[in-house]
Amino acid sequence: MGRIFRLGDDVDTDQLAPGRYMRGGIEALAAHCLESVRPDFAPNARPGDIIVAGRNFGMGSSREQAAEALRHLGLAGVVAESFAGIFYRNAINLGLPVLTAPDLSAAEDGAEARLDPAGGRLVLAGEHSITLDPLPENLLPIIAAGGLVPFLKARFRREGAA
Amino acid sequence: MAMQTQTANTLAQKIIGRAAGRAVAVGEVVTARVDLAMIHDSGGPRRVAPILQELGVGLWDSERVVLISDHFVPGDTEEGARILQLTRAWAAETGVAFHDGQGICHVVLPERGHLVPGMLVVGGDSHSPTGGAFGAYMFGIGATEMAGVLATGEIWLRVPGTILIEWRGALGSGLMAKDIMLALCGRLGMDGGKYQAVEYTGDTIAALSMQERMTLANMAAELGGQVGLIAPDAVTARYLAAAGAAPGDWTGLTTDPGADLLEHHLFEAATLAPQVAAPHSPANAGNAADADAAVDIAYIGACTGAKHADLAAAARILRGRRLAPGVELLVAPASRRDQDRAAADGIMAVFEVAGAKILPNACGICAGYGAHRLSADTTCISSTARNFKGRMGDPTAQVWLGSPLTVAASAVAGRIVDPRDMLAEAA
Ligand code: SF4
Repeated sequence: MGRIFRLGDDVDTDQLAPGRYMRGGIEALAAHCLESVRPDFAPNARPGDIIVAGRNFGMGSSREQAAEALRHLGLAGVVAESFAGIFYRNAINLGLPVLTAPDLSAAEDGAEARLDPAGGRLVLAGEHSITLDPLPENLLPIIAAGGLVPFLKARFRREGAA
Repeated sequence: MAMQTQTANTLAQKIIGRAAGRAVAVGEVVTARVDLAMIHDSGGPRRVAPILQELGVGLWDSERVVLISDHFVPGDTEEGARILQLTRAWAAETGVAFHDGQGICHVVLPERGHLVPGMLVVGGDSHSPTGGAFGAYMFGIGATEMAGVLATGEIWLRVPGTILIEWRGALGSGLMAKDIMLALCGRLGMDGGKYQAVEYTGDTIAALSMQERMTLANMAAELGGQVGLIAPDAVTARYLAAAGAAPGDWTGLTTDPGADLLEHHLFEAATLAPQVAAPHSPANAGNAADADAAVDIAYIGACTGAKHADLAAAARILRGRRLAPGVELLVAPASRRDQDRAAADGIMAVFEVAGAKILPNACGICAGYGAHRLSADTTCISSTARNFKGRMGDPTAQVWLGSPLTVAASAVAGRIVDPRDMLAEAA
């Protein structure tokens, strides 16, 4: 089980991967991830935790580090009402589960929860769960492999062996 | 999301549907076959080759890959020379089509006949939407995804909704596609395109030349669209025939009447005045006549602003005029072919007489490279697409964006001006 961090609408890539820490590499970016909106996030985030946000998550620039920082912190994924297009692409290709749902009001900040990307559920404590929009079928294997490069590696290894 | 097939489809749906091998609905994620992949010296071989090596595979189809050197041309730094060398070695090893030092990728690709309407094309550069001017679904991707495409010939994408941008009426004298785009950036903002398909339509657009249309498609990137499409027509066909592209039948390659649109914006060309964007965003657009700024440097360059049509426009102003004292005019024609045509037309001679400095057919200052990158505290009026802080040189440099007409007129006046007065005198 992880815990839920709630965020609002329009979380942008500069909040996720602050430009001023770019030179420090992914370690520094992850350590300062979201510090301008939720200073308690990066110091407390543990593997398995989940971000639950509003509309247009990941808006802004095309920097891949925005998704990479979350993956580096071990996040189980992000659930939001909607995602910005390029962030969504980057997240999938880096193996970070990103799922949508129209109503996330039952997911409270700090609550224990588990993300089940393949099953399309956000499982809350006490058997409760929120149904999420299912991940597109052709993207599931990419997420399961941990991103585009590992996915292709496995695919070519299989084809090479066949 | 509703998945029923509709009888009325958008242009984006039709192209993606063909590449996916079935009818597609807006919002669904599909895996599509890529018809063509374009890469350049900066994001190309030096970034994708190591990933391909890690995957242990070669190119899925070397005949569907085009490599163009533009960012590090002419290779006058040690780093640039090394990257060009690596680029050339990879081209020789893979046998892909390679245009070396011939100009900026987005201009060279169609000029050499590689683009055909209806294609699904990926480019390793953020201004890849330029290909949409030819009715190709062309969009930009990063190096990791590009390596994936080069290895498999496939890419996943979400079928976008369409934001139809319709312009009606004739563009007045002194107005160009660049003015349309800056006005749109100001009105819709840099995320107005929502990573969906922007499509330009209307009689204003239909009357534009192919190179002017390329400016619209190119700057769909500044609007935040995934693509910037224009349905192919007789103007497209003429350009492609001259470029030696494969002939084709593109009937039906339009957005059907009654197709579901995400947004439909209507603009009247009669209300448009020459535009400039103040530092440091294309969205800071306003009338050139209202700008109050003296300029040190005028730059006519980039894929967006130094095609033959742009050079010709600037020359209309510069013929018989001198630059204001202390102003430097730099011209970097977008491709060698456009420069040769401009030389034959007498346009290059106009630049020389006016005292302009001619720079290589490359990205140059637009990418922040080369000896002419902007120095501290200079003010520049530029025909490029982006004026983000520090992009073209020192972070204290102030960059304004405008059409080539506005850039040329401002170079003559020594301050930013509406070019229409000078055009009236020239007539
Ligand atoms: S000219 Fe500028 S905008 Fe065009 S490809 Fe080169 S760097 Fe990018």
